[in-house]
Amino acid sequence: MTDIILAGLGQTDVGEHWDIGLRELAFTAIEAALKDAGGLKPQAMYVGNMLAPNLSRQAHLGALLADFAGLTGIEAVTVEAAGASGGAALRQGYLAVKSGLVDVALIVGVEKMTDQVGAGVEEALATAADSDYESVQGLTPTAQAAMLMGRYMHEYNVPADGFAGFALTAHANGAGNPHAMFRKAIKLETYQKAELLTPPLNMFDAAPNADGAAALVLTRRDLLPSDWPHPLVRIAASATASDTLALHDRKDPLFFEAAYLATGRAIKQAGITLDQIDFFEYHDAFSIFAALSLESSGFAIRGYGWKMAADGRISRASNLPCATMGGLKARGFAGGATGVYQAVEAATQLRVRAEACQVKDARIGMIQSLGGPASTAVVHILERLEV
Amino acid sequence: MEIPRHWRLKQQRYALVGEVCPHCEAKIFPPRDVCPECKNEAKTPFAFSGKGEIYSYTTIYEAPSGYDGNAPYTVALVKLDEGPMITAQLTDVDQQAIQIGMPVEMVTRKLRDDGDERGMIVYGYKFRRRDVGGT
Repeated sequence: MTDIILAGLGQTDVGEHWDIGLRELAFTAIEAALKDAGGLKPQAMYVGNMLAPNLSRQAHLGALLADFAGLTGIEAVTVEAAGASGGAALRQGYLAVKSGLVDVALIVGVEKMTDQVGAGVEEALATAADSDYESVQGLTPTAQAAMLMGRYMHEYNVPADGFAGFALTAHANGAGNPHAMFRKAIKLETYQKAELLTPPLNMFDAAPNADGAAALVLTRRDLLPSDWPHPLVRIAASATASDTLALHDRKDPLFFEAAYLATGRAIKQAGITLDQIDFFEYHDAFSIFAALSLESSGFAIRGYGWKMAADGRISRASNLPCATMGGLKARGFAGGATGVYQAVEAATQLRVRAEACQVKDARIGMIQSLGGPASTAVVHILERLEV
Repeated sequence: MEIPRHWRLKQQRYALVGEVCPHCEAKIFPPRDVCPECKNEAKTPFAFSGKGEIYSYTTIYEAPSGYDGNAPYTVALVKLDEGPMITAQLTDVDQQAIQIGMPVEMVTRKLRDDGDERGMIVYGYKFRRRDVGGT
């Protein structure tokens, strides 16, 4: 089987880029990824984006970005799966290159959150939920996460500051990532005193909405230029699964079935066991998502995901470092770009170029991209090949 | 304007009309035409009693456009007596009294408006506290 290699990586800083538009932001990441890929010419571009039609009144990003990047003529489409758009775009690129129909694919994740503010952003984010039966009630994704968190705390007797470990870990790691929105560690008491956004969820339980773009070049190993300079990182597995769109349609809302299915498929495909995974980039849009992801993916037994974080068992020195570059919480939540950021960050770890964030002896990393409350889950396993 | 999009859901919004599966008798809301229990076709209408209890809840302070005039408001996941769970706002309740497991019942209220006198007003179900009779 031919290995699919992450041949080029690019990313912008995550934050509030008032002076940079959607196309320029995406191009910055594209340019960096193509430069990093050392002359590979993409034949297809898959754009992961969640909200541009709502936030920027701009659809048709495939043609827009190919045009703006001087790549007019190539295949170019948008892939949308809410917060999992980036992961879903990566999977489409993987399928294209793996099939042999495309030799070099460019994956771009981009989101311009700051083209609107306040109620406009909340309205746009709510389009990812069931419009007729969830959003019409004035529900927001943050409120939905808060309801999951409240129920979880009720069922498992979690203390009020039980979820602090997720934010503490994310911010400690984000401190070392030059692209992260927040680069400062926080203290437990900062979490304990934080303002409640939508109870019991406080401002440190929710990742900040931000602008950002990340890009990847994928190709088959035999197509790499002879002078290509990086350690080889391949996609060892790519899998995705869906669940009910509406949270209320699930028999067991406290279990992310799609994350369970996608992780199981990926592990099987990679031919490994969970304990061989050296680090895990989960989709911590909310700290409750991180807890449920750890449980549904099989890293923690049910009701104990929060305890892993509280006990330091997701820190850089632990057996399963998570959110190693800050995660969504500290790097920032750049919507549909998120899954591509995860891949760029994991590949950076596996190239041993993560500097202050470096996970020691990391050879296999798993990334998980979620749309809504895991209504879509996309899992990729990345592996460094020893040459 | 999104009148047809809301108008065609009037049975669900005003009367909690879902479906009952003719094969396994599962009660279904919202209607989905394929039974989530047995995967057979299920298109028989069924009106729910509107009674249930709170599975979880929260209060929204930062609301989407169309709802920000009503903030803060409380939303809940309500487990209906017949089985399905739905998402709905709570109304006419004392914030302090709300808790997981609290019995509630459906009422009809204004869900959103477009913010001007010519705009559309969307009505639908909300839930209020239900006093459970008996001793």
